[in-house]
Amino acid sequence: MSGWLDWLVGSKPKSADQAKERLKLVLIHDRIDLTPDALDKMKNELLQVISKYVEIDPGSVRIQMSQEGREQRLVADIPLKVASSRKRAG
Amino acid sequence: MSATVLTVSSGKGGVGKTTTTANLAVALASKGQKVVCIDGDIGLRNLDVVLGLENRIVYDLVDVVEGRCRLRQAMIRDKRLPELYLIPAAQTRDKSAVSPSDMVRLCDDLRSDFDWVLIDSPAGIERGFRNALAPADLVVVVTNPEVSAVRDADRIIGLVDAEEKGPARLIINRLNPALVKRGDMLTPEDVLELLAIKLLGIVPEDEFVIMSTNRGQPVAFDGKSRAGTAYQNIARRLRGEEVPFMDLEEKDGFFHRITRLFKNGGDGK
Repeated sequence: MSGWLDWLVGSKPKSADQAKERLKLVLIHDRIDLTPDALDKMKNELLQVISKYVEIDPGSVRIQMSQEGREQRLVADIPLKVASSRKRAG
Repeated sequence: MSATVLTVSSGKGGVGKTTTTANLAVALASKGQKVVCIDGDIGLRNLDVVLGLENRIVYDLVDVVEGRCRLRQAMIRDKRLPELYLIPAAQTRDKSAVSPSDMVRLCDDLRSDFDWVLIDSPAGIERGFRNALAPADLVVVVTNPEVSAVRDADRIIGLVDAEEKGPARLIINRLNPALVKRGDMLTPEDVLELLAIKLLGIVPEDEFVIMSTNRGQPVAFDGKSRAGTAYQNIARRLRGEEVPFMDLEEKDGFFHRITRLFKNGGDGK
């Protein structure tokens, strides 16, 4: 009911929602004991290694942490450039 | 008889570990269970004063471990309940006076005479926590619905898993329904989603806890207050009963959702 009122006043996000979002991130890094900075570095190195062997499009790469219960997982979605087109060209 | 050794932990200080331990002990003992609680916070003992037994201490945990008295001599019987005992912590020593294997041995000696051995773990993740964790069959993590407490709870849950003492169960303490409703406090669902463990109970913020602690009479002695009822309910759940979460706000649908949450998450894993 107060939704439109909040909108009228130009409300800030609820503090509990902010707490939850901040905690989500903090817990991910606490659990794997890796700072956001180090995680970025790891991602970049990973991509460097992969692109030594196959051609990839860095813009469409997605590497992120996912969670299942208390299990953390590093999920990478790395689209490869099709080799057949290269073959045909050569 | 073979006792369950239950360790109450939290990581962060001040979330209500000692209050929780005292009240669970009282709630279990008032249902006829034989209970002994051990204050694991050597150097900063408080379980005695929360239970209202501070004037009856002769020997303590370190006296037992170092052989200055027999185990029975360090056990203070609570005269208000037939089968509730306290083993107080030493006040003038530090945590290194006791080792994890001392605690395992001590608890093994107690197992045959009790239904429950409750250990109040100190804050932190060092020696005192290791001592409290070593003999545990079950670990209960206490947290408050706020960022620092939840973060530290996550750390503890991880350490409990790593020691193969998991899965820990969660008590959310000092929940303020009005703040939750306003969107200014994490909901129990939020906390459970973040920590990914099973809920054992929710204790609402309640001024009766402060008043009863002032008197050395844990709030669980009479289940009339909301917090007292919450502790009684947790004790029943510990004994395997299915107890729905109480309606902290009848007009609102919020706690009905919590009830559903418990029913869905309450059985199986």
